[in-house]
Amino acid sequence: MNSTEVDPLLTAPAAPSHAPAAEAHPDHRMFGFIVFLLSESVVFLSFFAGYIVYKTTTPNWLPVGVTGLDVREPAINTVVLVSSSFVIYIAERYLHDKNLWGFRIFWLLTMAMGIYFLYGQAVEWSGLPFGFTDGVFGGAFYLLTGFHGLHVMTGVLLQLIMLGRSFIPGNYDHSEYGTAATSLFWHFVDVIWIILFVLIYIWQ
Amino acid sequence: MVNLSVKESIAKSEPPSPGEHEDWRRFFSFSTDHKVIGIQYIVTSFFFFLVGGIFAMVIRGELMTPEADLVDRTVYNAMFTLHGTVMLFLWTFPVLVGLANYLVPIMIGAQDMAFPRLNAVAFWMVPVFGVVLMASFLVPGGPAQAGWWSYPPVSTQNPAGVLVSGQFLWLLAIALSGVSSIMGGVNFVTTILRMRAPGMTFFRMPIFVWTVLSAQMLQLFGLPALTAAVIMQMFDLTVGTSFFDPAKGGDPVLFQHLFWFYSHPAVYVIILPIFGIFSEIFPVYARKPLFGYKVVAISSLMIVGLSAFVWVHHMFASGTPGWMRMLFMFSTMLISVPTGIKVFAWVGTIWGGKLRLTSAMLFGLGGLIMFVFSGITGIMLAAVPVDIHVNNTYFVVGHFHYVIYGATVMGIYAAIYHWFPKMTGRMYNEGLGKLHFALTFIGANLNFFPMHPLGLAGMPRRVAEYAPEFAFWNVVASIGAFLLGMSTLPFLVNMIGSWIQGEKAPKNPWRAIGVEWLLSSPPVHHDNFKELPVFLAEPYGYGKSEPLVANPDTLEVTRELN
Repeated sequence: MNSTEVDPLLTAPAAPSHAPAAEAHPDHRMFGFIVFLLSESVVFLSFFAGYIVYKTTTPNWLPVGVTGLDVREPAINTVVLVSSSFVIYIAERYLHDKNLWGFRIFWLLTMAMGIYFLYGQAVEWSGLPFGFTDGVFGGAFYLLTGFHGLHVMTGVLLQLIMLGRSFIPGNYDHSEYGTAATSLFWHFVDVIWIILFVLIYIWQ
Repeated sequence: MVNLSVKESIAKSEPPSPGEHEDWRRFFSFSTDHKVIGIQYIVTSFFFFLVGGIFAMVIRGELMTPEADLVDRTVYNAMFTLHGTVMLFLWTFPVLVGLANYLVPIMIGAQDMAFPRLNAVAFWMVPVFGVVLMASFLVPGGPAQAGWWSYPPVSTQNPAGVLVSGQFLWLLAIALSGVSSIMGGVNFVTTILRMRAPGMTFFRMPIFVWTVLSAQMLQLFGLPALTAAVIMQMFDLTVGTSFFDPAKGGDPVLFQHLFWFYSHPAVYVIILPIFGIFSEIFPVYARKPLFGYKVVAISSLMIVGLSAFVWVHHMFASGTPGWMRMLFMFSTMLISVPTGIKVFAWVGTIWGGKLRLTSAMLFGLGGLIMFVFSGITGIMLAAVPVDIHVNNTYFVVGHFHYVIYGATVMGIYAAIYHWFPKMTGRMYNEGLGKLHFALTFIGANLNFFPMHPLGLAGMPRRVAEYAPEFAFWNVVASIGAFLLGMSTLPFLVNMIGSWIQGEKAPKNPWRAIGVEWLLSSPPVHHDNFKELPVFLAEPYGYGKSEPLVANPDTLEVTRELN
């Protein structure tokens, strides 16, 4: 009797014989990730709301000596980032068709475009005549672009991990959750940037 | 970690019989079992409840006399700031997450939460940010002193001139708490929406599950706003940005908006699971189905929706334009409708029932009475003229302590008594439980009722010193507070004593209907069920003699089955 009692405890966690127990761990990660992104978007919404309040109520919006933001370079940056959303989709299609090298090339291209965006941002930041503590405008500008840039950087790092994983044999045979979630995160960062670009650069 | 505990039980070469296979050490490990994590949450947060209670004792000790003579004023400021912060972020939120962690997966017929490791990480962040907050006693200048609202410009002062100030650690702790709560929110919403057992449709979920789902949805859309505000204040405090500094063009009221956009719904994050607990407990001890089950379920979601549009009622005195006052007065009064529906349903459930006044039921009834009282003062406060009159007085303090202590803490006690046999496998001592109830109920009313006349007479909150004519009610309140402090002693004795040597609990000591009562006390394995339950009926089928699940005898591997 004792041995039969020990048995279920030993076998339950891993045993395929207990069919319901094995089925009880289906993949909910994508669902959870979407819930997380919805929540994360509220941080950006709060910053956007704050920006709109500041923009419409602050008497001396731009710091002394600043006439406005140059739109040309950020516009190029925007085009690069938005296009990368299509490139990452192509990479995903290749992975779906089990063409690993096609996946890697387009995935790497996405990463390159993300890094170019970050580089462009860094160049823009270094050339600006105002800093983080120069009035509400300076604070809001660097807060929004910086928080978004942090997300781009996170996206590139996630992409690097997924690229590395593609060299593990059979890694993407059963689940493409990693790349699908990274790609969704990338689209999310993209959409946030479009709103941000309209708010900061177009609406001056 | 699971494997570890399994290996240990092999090493002992003893049969793991229900209630005995448990190694107490797993409660101190990075366990991914939602039942272990639930108890970890409850015990950790109860520790912080006692810490926050000691802060409250200091506050009430200071207020025994009109003069500021017990502690230094900066210490007093730190006490009320940390009292509020600890009680909300380290007691009510985590203890309710703990109860939900233990109960929700079992109630919906799931083996565990959707993301067990994420669950464990979310729990272990609680002691981490608890330590961060307590560490603020050690930094120059002492802990944060701006109240739990942390309104600028008071909160962005840094008289000690150090980078790691008390306010800095406060902000850090709140940010970490937010990360932990978001992890929990993602986990609960995914679990409830995706992992229900066969037959467990939405309208067969126990109300507790409905309310946890509602509360966690609120966390997910509210907390990020607080996080945004905390990040901005952190920059104002440390690097000197001017988001909330009016001298440099910033807008301090924006902080209030972001803060209350979360922190008012946060009240519902706290009270909704309590509504769930009331809805679970009253049918059991009144032997009647929950009155209006579907309406009660839907009213939780109505509260979620409405609660996103009520936050400005905390800011009627913050230079809010007239149209906003009118709008938010209306929405605030509107939210009392779904709440009133629930109160009506509970009264309808108890009405004419065969009441068994166990400790859990007494706490439930006591909590309900105090909640109704706080609801009445809540409606008063929703009206702009009354709110302007009593703004920042003890009337407000009295109102929300009736909600947070009267309803919430009493509801938590009710839940702990009700599910104690399930969680520990032991029965608690009913006599000590009733003593605990009497002390708590009398203490809470003695403590918090006098705050209403004090506030109406104009005594401001957060003061260490007051006019002599307020002395009488303050002394009464302080006596009540010390009684409340004492009330935790029989509770602790009861809980610890019963857990160690209480009478063994049967599967279903309360003859309750619910899937958790079909499992042994405590449930034996990490995976809750050998065979997933197949649900056949709505919950609360008292007096209906219809089976809850199709397979009650095969849910678990037990001694009898072998």
